[in-house]
Amino acid sequence: MPATAAMPAAAAISILIVGVGGQGTLLASRLIGRAATERGFDVKVSEVHGMSQRGGSVVTYVKYGGEVSSPLIEPGEADILIAFELLEAARWIPYLRPGGQIVANSQKIDPMPVITGAARYPDGLAEVLREKCEGALVVDALTIATECGNARSVNMVLLGLAARFTAFGEDEWMGAIRAVAPPKALEANIRAFGRGYALSMA
Amino acid sequence: MLGNEAVARAAYEAGVTVATAYPGTPSTEITECAAKYGEIYCEWAPNEKVALEVAIGASIAGARAMCAMKHVGLNVAADPLFTASYTGVCAGLVVVVADDPGQHSSQNEQDSRYYGLSAKVPVLEPSDSRECLGFVKSAFEISEAYDTPVIVRLTTRVAHSRSLVEVSDRRPFPLKPYAKNMAKYVMMPAMAKRRHIEVEKRMRRLEAYAETTELNSVESRAAGSQTGESCVAGSCAAESRAGESRAAENRVAGSRAEERPAAENQTGESQAGGSVGAARPIGVITSGMSWQYVREAAASSGIGVEILKLGLVHPLPAEKIRSFAAGRERVLVVEELAPFIEDFAKKSGAQAVGKELFPAVGELSARAVAEALAPAKRASPQPAQSGRSQSPNGQDAQLPAEPQPAQSGRAEPQAAERPQPLEQAALPSRPPVLCPGCPHRSVFYVLRKLKLNVCGDIGCYTLGAMPPLDAMDTCICMGASIGVAHGMDKARGPEFAGRTVAVIGDSTFLHSGVTGLMDVVYNKGNSTVLILDNSITGMTGHQQNPGTGYTIRSEETSRVDLEKLCEALGVRRIRTVDPFDVKGLEAAVRAETAQAEPSVIIARRPCALLKTYRPQEAVFIDAGKCARCKRCMAISCAAISDRDGRMEINAALCARCGLCLKMCAFGAIRPCAEAAGADAEGKSEGGRSRE
Repeated sequence: MPATAAMPAAAAISILIVGVGGQGTLLASRLIGRAATERGFDVKVSEVHGMSQRGGSVVTYVKYGGEVSSPLIEPGEADILIAFELLEAARWIPYLRPGGQIVANSQKIDPMPVITGAARYPDGLAEVLREKCEGALVVDALTIATECGNARSVNMVLLGLAARFTAFGEDEWMGAIRAVAPPKALEANIRAFGRGYALSMA
Repeated sequence: MLGNEAVARAAYEAGVTVATAYPGTPSTEITECAAKYGEIYCEWAPNEKVALEVAIGASIAGARAMCAMKHVGLNVAADPLFTASYTGVCAGLVVVVADDPGQHSSQNEQDSRYYGLSAKVPVLEPSDSRECLGFVKSAFEISEAYDTPVIVRLTTRVAHSRSLVEVSDRRPFPLKPYAKNMAKYVMMPAMAKRRHIEVEKRMRRLEAYAETTELNSVESRAAGSQTGESCVAGSCAAESRAGESRAAENRVAGSRAEERPAAENQTGESQAGGSVGAARPIGVITSGMSWQYVREAAASSGIGVEILKLGLVHPLPAEKIRSFAAGRERVLVVEELAPFIEDFAKKSGAQAVGKELFPAVGELSARAVAEALAPAKRASPQPAQSGRSQSPNGQDAQLPAEPQPAQSGRAEPQAAERPQPLEQAALPSRPPVLCPGCPHRSVFYVLRKLKLNVCGDIGCYTLGAMPPLDAMDTCICMGASIGVAHGMDKARGPEFAGRTVAVIGDSTFLHSGVTGLMDVVYNKGNSTVLILDNSITGMTGHQQNPGTGYTIRSEETSRVDLEKLCEALGVRRIRTVDPFDVKGLEAAVRAETAQAEPSVIIARRPCALLKTYRPQEAVFIDAGKCARCKRCMAISCAAISDRDGRMEINAALCARCGLCLKMCAFGAIRPCAEAAGADAEGKSEGGRSRE
């Protein structure tokens, strides 16, 4: 059972968001950034653009705290790893600090070497995640998001799951969602976030 | 705010009225964001040279102008830059160049600071979005005060990181009166010789400015402290940041601090300027994003350092660097890529180390800096290990590295030899791929099938080099495909030319392929050129170009007719085909490569990500009919996968382009009313699986 990550005010919190190009990782990072800004934290979000958007492995770094200098998160530094895809979760495990929290979507998206049969999609990745982080939350966020009315709300489900491990309360998250998420999908997004949040508390 | 957004905001606040660019990662968003300000005229130029020329014209005409590009774009724009250095400006002219250490999306990682050195133009280097905003505004002031274009150099991590900024209102910049001035703006030898003298005088004045400007400042980070030592209120422009903890920051503009009594604490000592007495703390000379790494490294390691942060990296302040270095046991120069500051510091007589500890390739990191700061690691013989340089795409060195983006033109198998923990070593990599529905896919399928030599170019289609398409021999720079193919023709003769094609996108062709094709025709070449016209500049995220019929603000405009353009260049054999007519495309390529004269095949089909894209019927693979010949796999579509010998179409990824239907000889790929049945993705493993 993971403990709520109570953080000293001075130390920056590092959240690594990983996934596959086009999954909505950028919006998730902006949402965290918004919540942190509203709280008065210094915030840095480092994005990837360009070639990585073409179905490649993508990573976004979010850091907030009293003072943030480098926007990068280095191996062993991430307090929270939010993974939109299972293989990507496993790929970025070395970036998690000891005692850090993993929140992962159980969805699998085959990379090209697997598609062509040159490699196999590894089995048992959820177990690998739990080996590294006992309380890893591995959830079928795509199904939950679809049930909430928008398959693209996977990012909201995952943020809902991760919310408990951050400094921000539910109200702050809702404020950030209203401020950052596209208005037309707002209700589905709020439902999706709520489902994730409830699951993390269950 | 994104660093690039902050640059655009700065242009707005500085009263800029003309902003030009050719898109290129990581610089593209600068001009996209600028286009959101109605007060700024913005345009995508066909290439960076034209973009800079337009900005120069605007500046001479009395308007503040900004031109943005990626590092390799400055190679294209170098010609006007070098002479604009001579003419100087009327209203401010700022060239924003985004370098790409680590080559996240580039074919090289050249260091643009040398352009400033070579063209005798000042270079500013911001370290976050706040400084992007402040420095670009300062750049306009410097440009006008010193009658020079000014380069603002970003790096990927500055351009593509979001951090807090403080915005202010726009200060309109009224047009300066236009006056014809032949001696200043007509660079014939007689006038240019005199202007060169002015350039040299200007550089001396800028050197003096570098010694006193607040852009170059000294900061103290005390030993054992998690944040900077609090002392004298910083005097740097735009000092105040959001967040109260910023009070802990201590940045003192060197020039002013020397007037302060050196009483309060060690910072005063650091300003004493060359006095040798009690050992001064480790000194670090740095700039840009490296400065952020140094601060973080100092905080995490608890090692006390004093930092000379250089915001103006050309010209550099020799005296300030000398006095900062004097009397210290250790002075490190921390910079990514080339030893630009380090060489200058050493030449100026400062005792310093830099590339002895840090790699000249790739990005740095706070950890790499911390290792260099720690005395035990001082003599580390393998500095490159500490950088991020061996981690393409920001990947951990322990991971199976992603194949380098094909745009770099070096898709070598890599990283296999690195030590890897067991469970990580087995993970399959996830290289970027052509999107489902991509119109380029079938072109590379055909070129591979025909076993042709393919001279490639820069764009999404460079991914055609990746397996299993595996259909590209060269990729050098924007527009190079045609010239390279022509060179191969001239070196190896018509028989080889008959097995060689050049492949270039529509935007790249208009950028700098036109002159290459002109050369082929003029010099009696035999090359076959495929122009892949997807009707957009794709790789950088869908920017308009002169071939699309729309401007940066999506206003309708005239459109270059590629067929007529090629005809005008003297090409007699021009065909237009739909690349999804695979047989027709193959026949066209066979026919044109067999001709002993220049030919152009325009493979025209819009990008599948455009709003105008019309998907066809959903399809699935009928396992009963599938012969498992895997011909459908040869088009390298991410939506078609081999699940233990069973071919499947992932309905969630499928763009319904219909290409795979044409690949299957057994009629096993069939339209389905309910595509959901084919979706086997995303339903496996875990479920709601928390304990």
